[in-house]
Amino acid sequence: MCVSTRLNVLAHTMVPDHQIMNEEEVSGLLSLYNITNEQLPKMYHDDPVVKTIGAKPGDVVRIIRKSHTAGRAESFRLVVRRPKK
Amino acid sequence: MLPDQEAKIEGSALPVKTREQLRTYLEGKEITSSQFDQILNRVIDEYQKTRIEACEAVGIIAAQSIGEPGTQMTMRTFHYAGVAEINVTLGLPRLIEIMDARKEPSTPTMTIYLEPDYLGDRDRAREVSWQIEAAPLHEFGDITTDMENMQIVVHLNTAVCEKRKILPAAIIEAAPRKIRERRHYRDFEFETDGKSPTIIFMPKNRESYQNLFQLAEHVKNVIVQGIDDIERVVVRKESGEYILYTEGSNLKDVFDVEGVDTTRTRTNNISEISQILGIEAARNAIINEALSTLSEQGILVDVRHIMLVADMMCMEGEVKQIGRHGIAGEKESVLSRAAFEVTVNHLLDAAVANEVDELSGVTENVIVGQPIQLGTGDVKLIAKPLKSGES
Repeated sequence: MCVSTRLNVLAHTMVPDHQIMNEEEVSGLLSLYNITNEQLPKMYHDDPVVKTIGAKPGDVVRIIRKSHTAGRAESFRLVVRRPKK
Repeated sequence: MLPDQEAKIEGSALPVKTREQLRTYLEGKEITSSQFDQILNRVIDEYQKTRIEACEAVGIIAAQSIGEPGTQMTMRTFHYAGVAEINVTLGLPRLIEIMDARKEPSTPTMTIYLEPDYLGDRDRAREVSWQIEAAPLHEFGDITTDMENMQIVVHLNTAVCEKRKILPAAIIEAAPRKIRERRHYRDFEFETDGKSPTIIFMPKNRESYQNLFQLAEHVKNVIVQGIDDIERVVVRKESGEYILYTEGSNLKDVFDVEGVDTTRTRTNNISEISQILGIEAARNAIINEALSTLSEQGILVDVRHIMLVADMMCMEGEVKQIGRHGIAGEKESVLSRAAFEVTVNHLLDAAVANEVDELSGVTENVIVGQPIQLGTGDVKLIAKPLKSGES
């Protein structure tokens, strides 16, 4: 699928800020909640935002949302390959 | 406010919004630093109390909190935005549609915002709308079916073409191509002389009139300007800017149109949003759509419940429905799935696949009659009995 030249996915009001986390941050996050990265919510490698920021499968992406309740909320997603149907 | 007080607020474990509220509350008030500490501690205490406790069954609370008001919603409502304009499914059917994660809503619609150069001027907004609204060939001129010579003659009206900002040559090029590509009808030939704005279509098989009439139908209705999926566009002025509302939705193609603000334009088709803008945008769309559908009916549901639902639906990287083919159908536990719908199939498949149920969820423990792992049931107390005669 070709992405149009006019559209910058990250600039859209509905798309929150996405950042790729480095390894230290990821291990800090996983030990904070005592989880493995498989337990994080996922996002697919062909997600438009993942393609724009250049994240690879296995990366963890930090998402900074504008929350209705808290004002600002952080969330995390693991980039995985889209399973074949 | 003093800098050290500011630093204390900033360093506290409060959410951004609460900090903001505290700041605006304290603005301009004369308080001593011990009073400030007291206030801050009380706020932090209060915030800690309002947080949901571990092992609380938030899912069932969300289900009830959305389900009960849902019973009071109107069964079938249509909303007309403005006078005789675009109709949108609302109320319970729309809510069901959102939760079911349908590929296409029953009334897809877009809200198209315009770029600064276009939003203040009605004529320029209209120009953008022509690029978007699907217009069939018969709107651009006269189409006559010549039965004697077995042909269809299209005379383009240059005045209309000029008004709608499209060159006759572009229409002449687009019409035969679109009949082939979009309408999948290939049994025809066409002629143009390259000068006058006229196209002549002829069926390949000139034996029967049926072919001629069939071709005439295709020629009349082929879309030569605009985006095929968008049937109607309405231009409306809202809070000082012109906004386009559409019937039909095609986010990808609309983003390519000159003058469209690609940062604010939105659609009510959630699966389209997840494809074009990503899963996080889809999550936001679910929250916004569900919240506006509920509040439009005068029903107030706490946004946290809807956020929980949206989070669950977008957990795996694509939008999943709440139901048999989504969240409920993909649970780990066999008994839990069997308790939901199509019981026998699940049990049979589980037996064939030699599945094991860990009995870790709520439903399966209720079925087998064990305490569920929630609230007090989640806490395991192991008492070590004292040996007799040792006290």
